[in-house]
Amino acid sequence: MTEERGVLDPYAAARADQPLLGRANPLSKFGALVIITVALVWSIDWLSAGIAVLCELLILPLAGLNLRLLWNRAWPLVAAAVLGGWSTAVLAPDKGPVIFSFGIWTMGEHSLLLGLGFLLRGLAIALPAVIVMACTEPTDLADALAQLARLPHRFVLGTLAALRLVGLMVEEWQTIGMARRARGVGASGNVLSGLAAKLGQSFGLLVQSIRRASRLAVTMEARGFGAGPRTWARPSRLSAVDAWVMLGAVVIAGLAVGISIAVGAWNLVY
Amino acid sequence: MASFTSAVSPARVTARGWGWRHGGRSRAAVAGLDLDLEPGEKVLLLGPSGAGKSTLLHALAGVLGSAEDDDADESGTLLIDGRFPRDARGRAGLVQQDPETQVVLGRVGDDVAFGAENLAVPPAEIWPRVRQALEDVGLGFLPLDHPTHALSGGQKQRLALAGVLAMRPGLVLLDEPTANLDPAGVLEVRDAVIRAVTASGATLLVVEHRVEVWKDSVDRVVVLGAGSDGPSGVVASGVPDAVLESQGEALAAQGVWIPGRVPVLVGARPGAEPASGVPTTLSSDAGVLLEARDLSVSRAAVSRRGLGARKAVPVLSGVDLDLRAGRALSVTGPNGVGKSTLALTLAGLLAPAAGAVVGSSALLSVGEAVPRHPEPYRWRAKELITRIGTVFQEPEHQFVTGSVLDELRFGPRQLGRGEERVDELLQRLRLESLAEANPYTLSGGEKRRLSVATVLAAHPRLLVLDEPTFGQDARTWAELGSLLLELLHDGVSVLSVTHDADFTRALGATELVLGGATGTVFSGSGSAAGAGDASVKGEA
Amino acid sequence: MTTQAIAQRRGWRVVDIVVAALIAVAGGVLFWAWSQGANLITPLTAAYAPLSGLYAGGWMIPAVLGALIIRKPGAAIFCEAVAASGELIMGSQYGLTVLISGLLQGLGAELIFAAFLYRRFNLPTAVLAGAASGLFCGLNDSFLPWGWNIAYDGTAKFLYILFCLISGAVIAGALSWLATRGLARTGALSAFASRKAGAEPAFG
Repeated sequence: MTEERGVLDPYAAARADQPLLGRANPLSKFGALVIITVALVWSIDWLSAGIAVLCELLILPLAGLNLRLLWNRAWPLVAAAVLGGWSTAVLAPDKGPVIFSFGIWTMGEHSLLLGLGFLLRGLAIALPAVIVMACTEPTDLADALAQLARLPHRFVLGTLAALRLVGLMVEEWQTIGMARRARGVGASGNVLSGLAAKLGQSFGLLVQSIRRASRLAVTMEARGFGAGPRTWARPSRLSAVDAWVMLGAVVIAGLAVGISIAVGAWNLVY
Repeated sequence: MASFTSAVSPARVTARGWGWRHGGRSRAAVAGLDLDLEPGEKVLLLGPSGAGKSTLLHALAGVLGSAEDDDADESGTLLIDGRFPRDARGRAGLVQQDPETQVVLGRVGDDVAFGAENLAVPPAEIWPRVRQALEDVGLGFLPLDHPTHALSGGQKQRLALAGVLAMRPGLVLLDEPTANLDPAGVLEVRDAVIRAVTASGATLLVVEHRVEVWKDSVDRVVVLGAGSDGPSGVVASGVPDAVLESQGEALAAQGVWIPGRVPVLVGARPGAEPASGVPTTLSSDAGVLLEARDLSVSRAAVSRRGLGARKAVPVLSGVDLDLRAGRALSVTGPNGVGKSTLALTLAGLLAPAAGAVVGSSALLSVGEAVPRHPEPYRWRAKELITRIGTVFQEPEHQFVTGSVLDELRFGPRQLGRGEERVDELLQRLRLESLAEANPYTLSGGEKRRLSVATVLAAHPRLLVLDEPTFGQDARTWAELGSLLLELLHDGVSVLSVTHDADFTRALGATELVLGGATGTVFSGSGSAAGAGDASVKGEA
Repeated sequence: MTTQAIAQRRGWRVVDIVVAALIAVAGGVLFWAWSQGANLITPLTAAYAPLSGLYAGGWMIPAVLGALIIRKPGAAIFCEAVAASGELIMGSQYGLTVLISGLLQGLGAELIFAAFLYRRFNLPTAVLAGAASGLFCGLNDSFLPWGWNIAYDGTAKFLYILFCLISGAVIAGALSWLATRGLARTGALSAFASRKAGAEPAFG
């Protein structure tokens, strides 16, 4: 039996070793994301968002993450959430006593809480996406989208192949920058010439990208891509784990929204 | 598990008066082609650029022409086993020259399975085919979930071949598969191809510049011709030795690399032998232009101010060397050892990870604007180009304007200088007829000549070249070599990163071998070896 | 011209899909590269958040550029959706909602190209498409529940939408049109209908 499974799915053994979320089908993880996001999006309040963030941090081990690893991946998101919370606090219309005001910035008690809620909500929505992406292989996601969600396979796999090249393009950006400096671009050192230099560098990257994409398209077509119906070497399947994942998402969403409504902290966006 | 053989039913290729013109072009890519490939035959296809070799391979692979190309024009017939290639998808597999774009997916197993999946092979059969294909190309030791980005160039090409073999094609097409590889990779891929194709019995059609690599492994050589008015069909066909005998001269004149023939460089100084010896007569003092002191190099250091440069792990360290006027230095070594990184650091484009690169007063006093710092990476672009010129491996990375003429004028304009040299360079590098053309539309050899010319337009005293002869045909090779010899005679210092031993020899360059078995080695031709020119104490 | 030929013309080939996807990836890389150098952005945004609308146009380049190059129905939406997926995979502060933003921004541009029946790809069309993309972006961020600006006061929202519209028109619209023209002249677009974009009149 294992022999047969090995023939059909060579990654089965590796997958069995992974933590729970790693074993789940990408589609169910996606569904969990949708559930949590939809639940949290209607209110800006620190309670529902705070509970959600707490739950999300608790399930980190299920994705093979810990706080340090999470920080490495997600610190720009935290910074963005803080910035967003700050802006919300100073730019929201004030409905109560004003704590401080400075030019166009005004912050009242109400808007301070709103800002805090916004910060936490930002985290509560961004974190699950990071967690899911940390335990999902892009190829498996593409398989799930094409096989189970029935998205057109040419678009899904074509996109997957293109996304693989992002690292190469970052490197190429730097190479082009050096190559252009070696030609004397950006000679004057002032802002305008720096801008022009960057525009030229961007153009160079676009040319190389299109060339590279054309070659990749030939490679894929030469291997029969898009010529007709295809089979799948890595069957994407749903299992009991996926039911647990969806249930977990419902629980988290339910807890966050339910407690918030019960306590009266829930604050409809409109 | 039942034993699994790779044997396929080999394909027969027939072309009768076949021609193709791409949409939007006025000249045909291929014309009047009559060709027969017997099942199981191994054929090497030669010919100058413009003869339509790639077009033929693309046509056989079934990727030529699509609904949009309603402008395209096909004449004659091209058949695989009596069917049109477009209807016989999967009968032919194609491997091209750029390793990066031959890889489709992120894991080794997935990439090899891709072709089989596309051909609707039953899932139960796919993985055994994948394993067999990987074995056949010598990559059977890799776990199936090994990331593809972590493979070397030669391994990527072999992976592409495995992906093709998993489709069990009757016809294997190779379009310059070793053009972008180092010498070790070239042999690696050649051996894998021969082994795998022999095991499967498929028909093989290879297009390559490097004849000696394939000469003894193929049954037949076919030469396509191209004249001034376009491609002209098959010029010769027969056993390799016979064809090279009869066509050798003509082919060499068109730039094909003939085994045993290294092009003679024109412009070698009278009295100096072209393939040996170090330039001994110099028009100026053999002064030091650039010095590296205890230099460590790393890729992460691109910022001019050196911010963040020190954090990365250096790929090479403890380098001490001098670059002198009128001398040539070749940096060689296996891929990944840090040759390009070293060259870019010396050229002032990367900040050193540790140690220093310092320009001598001779170098600093060239031109009007004297830089404030002696270290090249702190120089403004204007100060840099008049002292150090760098030619990158991919010419397109260095194109900054919309026409060949503007490219040549760019450097002098940035310096506020006159453009006298521009016409001279145009002529010297045979680019006059292309003066108005967009640089990106030039052929490979023309782009290479243009990128060298544009750097020379600013009169740098030190020239750094990254793989200047990579993938070049014999003619461009000779022209480049001759040009560099002239520059050396004028007192320019030349630093090349190269795998090309013939090139190193032809320039009379001292060789700096990085990462050898006994650590780094310095060796030179003639008496300059070890004359305090360079030493590398160790590597990271 | 037979109907089958026309149908094939509208259909997406493999090269269309892969190039469109890679334009989207390039757009993402460029956005990252430009924000590396623009270290004054964060203090600006902290000072008055709606100012971020002035560079939001950069985010919509894939939509307009993709449509100008590929010239097939759905190009704007597809490119922007791929760019958004790339963002999601890299880790976005907007979480899953970045996909919705991407789809809406792409839709804005797509509607303009559709209004011209996918026959006009000149400068005014590009600018309009960029502006529409910017408008949808501004509206998304200001009025939809997950919008980053949902809680701001009216003036801030209005200014943000205005800035998005302008930067969309200029950066996503005009710049993309210029880029397409330049790309066509390099010969990189020889496989597409836009191969002649190098010589097309700006207002024709």
